[in-house]
Amino acid sequence: MGMTMTQKILAKHAGLASVSAGQLIEGRLDLVLGNDITTPVAITEFDKAGLTQVFDKEKIAIVLDHYTPCKDIKAAQLCAAARSFAQRFSITHFYDVGQMGVEHALIPEKGLAAPGEAIIGADSHTCTYGALGAFSTGVGSTDMAAGMATGLSWFKVPSAIKVTLTGKLRPYVSGKDVILHLIGTIGVDGALYKSLEFTGDGVAELEMDDRFTICNMAIEAGAKNGIFPVDGRTRAYLDGRVARPWEAVEADPDAEYDSEVVINLSELEPTVALPHLPSNTRPVSAVAGTPIQQVVIGSCTNGRLKDLREAAAILKGKTVASGVRCIVIPATQAIYLQAMEEGLIQTFIEAGAAVSTPTCGPCLGGHMGVLADGERAIATTNRNFVGRMGPVSSEIILASPAVAAASAITGSVTDPCSFS
Amino acid sequence: MKVYKYGDNVDTDVIIPARYLNAPDEKSLASHCMEDIDASFASTVEAGDLIVAGSNFGCGSSREHAPLSIKACGVKCVIAKSFARIFYRNAINIGFPIMECPEAAEAIQPGSAVTVDFASGLIKDETTGKTWQAAPFPEFVNGIIENGGLLNSLKARGAAK
Repeated sequence: MGMTMTQKILAKHAGLASVSAGQLIEGRLDLVLGNDITTPVAITEFDKAGLTQVFDKEKIAIVLDHYTPCKDIKAAQLCAAARSFAQRFSITHFYDVGQMGVEHALIPEKGLAAPGEAIIGADSHTCTYGALGAFSTGVGSTDMAAGMATGLSWFKVPSAIKVTLTGKLRPYVSGKDVILHLIGTIGVDGALYKSLEFTGDGVAELEMDDRFTICNMAIEAGAKNGIFPVDGRTRAYLDGRVARPWEAVEADPDAEYDSEVVINLSELEPTVALPHLPSNTRPVSAVAGTPIQQVVIGSCTNGRLKDLREAAAILKGKTVASGVRCIVIPATQAIYLQAMEEGLIQTFIEAGAAVSTPTCGPCLGGHMGVLADGERAIATTNRNFVGRMGPVSSEIILASPAVAAASAITGSVTDPCSFS
Repeated sequence: MKVYKYGDNVDTDVIIPARYLNAPDEKSLASHCMEDIDASFASTVEAGDLIVAGSNFGCGSSREHAPLSIKACGVKCVIAKSFARIFYRNAINIGFPIMECPEAAEAIQPGSAVTVDFASGLIKDETTGKTWQAAPFPEFVNGIIENGGLLNSLKARGAAK
């Protein structure tokens, strides 16, 4: 029986000729990742178990991005613990304030993820690197500790949903709209324990930043991972970033899928997810006019250069509405610098937006934009759960950078198509 | 022994809100457990109580703080229709018992007296006399639980040093 892309990568990393869905395997890891919230818990477990060695200091990445630059004393203690661990084992890929970025934008940018590799990260959005044709998935802190010690992790081989993309995105429609549409179609547990494997002619039309956004939110459909095939755009992205050899995998022609979802990109509209689930989606036109008090443009989902360019194109020469706070967070230092060179940062500041150093901050209600009772934000982030960005009475509407930027100007949910 | 019953898609942000993740010690995590879905949970929960929930329990963030906070409250077990995958493996890895059983999760009501047998997967509602069989764990997973968690099981076979 044929294998999916994910199954082929897992088989290779388990040293097996083939694997099938449901099989429990132990796989070799190419990268183990953690952040300032999850790494300290992993360190506690690592030390409690009396472990004294890491499997490969080159294959561990620790990124201090969630509460940084540290929001309070407790957060500072967590970062200090992670910093000390990184020093103790001479961890090569340790990223502190000044070098760090939002981890899932930073790891691909630094060339730490490549096609065919197997990656775990103690952060649920680790599934982002599937955009590069890697198997990557989120795990907890104990898995991170075990991965750091052994270079191994246990996996139940997933079955897959085939997502066939056709057509081409229209203006003001992006990867965020694709993934929100998919989650709205299959639900927040529609891909539970499964892979989302993207294929079809429409893939070639998607820029890498769109693919990162799509794979990033695979977890919001319950998926173990999302994965794209490798093509010319992937190779162009990897060129100059990844020097080590890598091997792309393709699904077998006779690979079995649990189901197939076909999405015609040409038919998609700008889409939002209303509170309090990412699956609660509507075309933006259906909810236009809903008032908002805050706009967040950034995060591991939508803090990349294409996102900032799309937001700036709409905000150029305009002003953020009175009574609205608009917060823009480039996801990495390199993105920040490039955005500055292109004049995007000036556009944001002139429009009345606040621009922040990279941080996950507001996405998880950490800092840099926490809501008050009854307030509503439109955000390019990934989760709109109860209490995610503030008190339980606050609300989050998930949207693309184009929708968020247009909404910042009007002070209510706005379709960028009608706005321009 | 009490049963706390919740619906579908109980996410890790309501199990333990991110504003408390800057203090990952068990006592602090326990004191805010379920705060954004059930403000009275942490002050009323007692050792041996059960959580019964719908599908996709523990969805969202990978924070191991979520099963840790429930475990630290003394909750004996979570019975759900299904679990989100990261929560599922986190619970196993820290040696916290979870049982996947849609029928039991549907039928058990707050106020029921429920007994569970992890070895056999048997769930019994002592109030109504009904019994259910949860899906048993694979042998590999039982090995992790019997060794008291993932790291201990890796040490036991010499894979971690």
